[in-house]
Amino acid sequence: MTRKVLVLAETRDGSLRNVSFEAIAAAKTVAEGGEVVGVLIGENVSALGAELVQFGADRVVVVEDEKLKQYTSDGYAQGLLAVLEKESPEGLVFGHTSLGKDLSPRIAAKLSSGLISDATAVEVAGGNVVFTRPIYSGKAFEKKIVTDGLIFATVRPNNIAPLAKDESRTGEVAALSVEIKDLRAIIKEVVRKASEGVDLSEAKVVISGGRGVKSAEGFEPLKELANVLGGAVGASRGACDADYCDYSLQIGQTGKVVTPDLYIACGISGAIQHLAGMSNSKVIVAINKDPEANIFKVADYGIVGDLFEVVPLLTEEFKKIKVHS
Amino acid sequence: MNIFVLLKRTFDTEEKITISGGKINEDGAEFIINPYDEYAVEEAIQVRDANGGEVTVISVGTEEAEKQLRTALAMGADKAVLINTEETSENGDQFTTSKIIAEYLKDKEADLIIGGNVAIDGGSGQVGPRVAELLNIPYVTTITKLEIDGTNVTVTRDVEGDSEIIETSLPLLVTAQQGLNEPRYPSLPGIMKAKKKPLEELELDDLDLEEDDVEAKTKTIEIYLPAKKEAGKVLSGELNDQVKELVHLLHTEAKVV
Ligand SMILES: Cc1cc2nc3c(=O)[nH]c(=O)nc-3n(C[C@H](O)[C@H](O)[C@H](O)COP(=O)(O)OP(=O)(O)OC[C@H]3O[C@@H](n4cnc5c(N)ncnc54)[C@H](O)[C@@H]3O)c2cc1C
Ligand SMILES: Cc1cc2nc3c(=O)[nH]c(=O)nc-3n(C[C@H](O)[C@H](O)[C@H](O)COP(=O)(O)OP(=O)(O)OC[C@H]3O[C@@H](n4cnc5c(N)ncnc54)[C@H](O)[C@@H]3O)c2cc1C
Repeated sequence: MTRKVLVLAETRDGSLRNVSFEAIAAAKTVAEGGEVVGVLIGENVSALGAELVQFGADRVVVVEDEKLKQYTSDGYAQGLLAVLEKESPEGLVFGHTSLGKDLSPRIAAKLSSGLISDATAVEVAGGNVVFTRPIYSGKAFEKKIVTDGLIFATVRPNNIAPLAKDESRTGEVAALSVEIKDLRAIIKEVVRKASEGVDLSEAKVVISGGRGVKSAEGFEPLKELANVLGGAVGASRGACDADYCDYSLQIGQTGKVVTPDLYIACGISGAIQHLAGMSNSKVIVAINKDPEANIFKVADYGIVGDLFEVVPLLTEEFKKIKVHS
Repeated sequence: MNIFVLLKRTFDTEEKITISGGKINEDGAEFIINPYDEYAVEEAIQVRDANGGEVTVISVGTEEAEKQLRTALAMGADKAVLINTEETSENGDQFTTSKIIAEYLKDKEADLIIGGNVAIDGGSGQVGPRVAELLNIPYVTTITKLEIDGTNVTVTRDVEGDSEIIETSLPLLVTAQQGLNEPRYPSLPGIMKAKKKPLEELELDDLDLEEDDVEAKTKTIEIYLPAKKEAGKVLSGELNDQVKELVHLLHTEAKVV
């Protein structure tokens, strides 16, 4: 059965987020040969439509309004519901980001539909579209299907591979005019703390520090290692609470969920709430001076030792192979 | 002020998880108040103490959730409501739970509803915003600060580490993020008092809901544990050699750098 599937794209600092391309790939699977339509909501965003097409969308619908400059649930819901009414899709995919988590349940409630949140994989099996998602803080997984109505899901960043970008692909990018009425909740101020550079939830390499890093300066060697590997720096709650770094670096159940190719945990004990945010990483390295630390249970490779000795040595060693390659 | 808290009884995910008969094995498992709902209970008590009013804690589930509701009463909530779905069909999902909660709340004239941002077992984070939409009131998720002045509300929201300061008004639903407050432990007198506080038990019939009205839209077809990872390789020998070996392994064996 072919389906028309809509994908809500997301931007950050004026560019599309990778998770939007991953959502298109998921939508292709859900569509089973049907049409995939990108949806862009914001102010001056239509120029991004072409890139959604290059990543696999067949066409793009754009809703622009100055009231949509920043995400608000009320504003985006009005824009998206107008698109949904016009398009009547059989499928809908968002990224499982802060925005996706906030908006998707509201849209599902409005449409009286099911919603499968935080999917890490999607496949067609036995005539069903089957989503895989972590449950119990990542200690187990479930496979879930929609039994009635719209197939609606959010996908966890960095888990579903995007399609290869095809610059020769073209498709219609059309505006839909929607009157955005009053917003019941207004953003007065945004305090940006998230560091510049590599987006943590989309980074291929993450170097994370915990309470074992002992001070803000203690993060310096981790930053150097991240630089050499082109990765991002993350942290445990312990390090954030101790003021060694900002909460925007926090990884875990309360913080960001990351799935990099390589996760290096330095001075992190491995509490379940931390593991919930990184245990899906492809390769995990633990550096901890306590051989009994729980983090070693999920690590592929471990070094028992003082991170202040190990991390600089690692940086030097990685520099050598980077020079060779 | 008329304050409601949405409380889920959850499996303590710090415990070991096993599967039997295709389901998560609950025998002998530890159950707790979902940690984010503890922040919700604490915040509700603080808002009541500052503004007057009453805190009602509601949970959809089985009789076993009485224990967690009593704990919330012992912390200082005034009343509890258990919507017992024991008799309801096995198939429920977030659509089901939200619809039941909204049906209960629709004529309660709630000023403020506080839930957790996510349940640590089911992990969808859907129930709060769904309930707000069904009640047609605004909501703000993952909040770390709540200030109420008359019907004006200023909320600080955690957005992937950035903070948004949001202005909105009552009636309102918010979901709690870690950092909102430090939940209190129930005191001994609190525990004694809780035994006498009202705990009402309702069924779907009492809410004029039929099983069909709340039938799930999704279905779990399989539950499994992640493939057991081979025991990680803890390196040994001279530190310098360990580091060289690790880089070599990451480069040539795991091929991630
Ligand atoms: C509701 C709730 C939500 C939570 N959400 C999160 C979350 O999202 N993310 C999160 O991370 N936590 C979260 N936590 C907190 C979590 O339970 C742990 O407290 C936290 O992860 C511990 O941080 P840590 O590992 O840095 O600190 P610790 O547990 O103190 O571990 C420090 C580690 O550093 C090692 N060490 C010390 N010095 C050195 C050295 N020189 N070299 C090498 N190793 C060294 C020690 O051996 C130890 O293992 C949450 C808790 C709750 C209750
Ligand atoms: C009749 C019935 C049958 C069910 N059958 C199944 C089943 O077969 N398999 C299965 O996996 N699940 C079943 N469930 C549970 C259901 O699928 C979800 O677990 C539940 O809706 C909560 O979703 P979640 O865990 O993702 O919570 P989230 O949406 O992540 O929770 C966020 C917040 O919503 C509030 N909240 C969530 N759940 C409740 C609750 N029950 N009571 C009060 N507040 C709450 C809390 O404040 C919580 O912090 C059933 C539920 C019902 C009512």
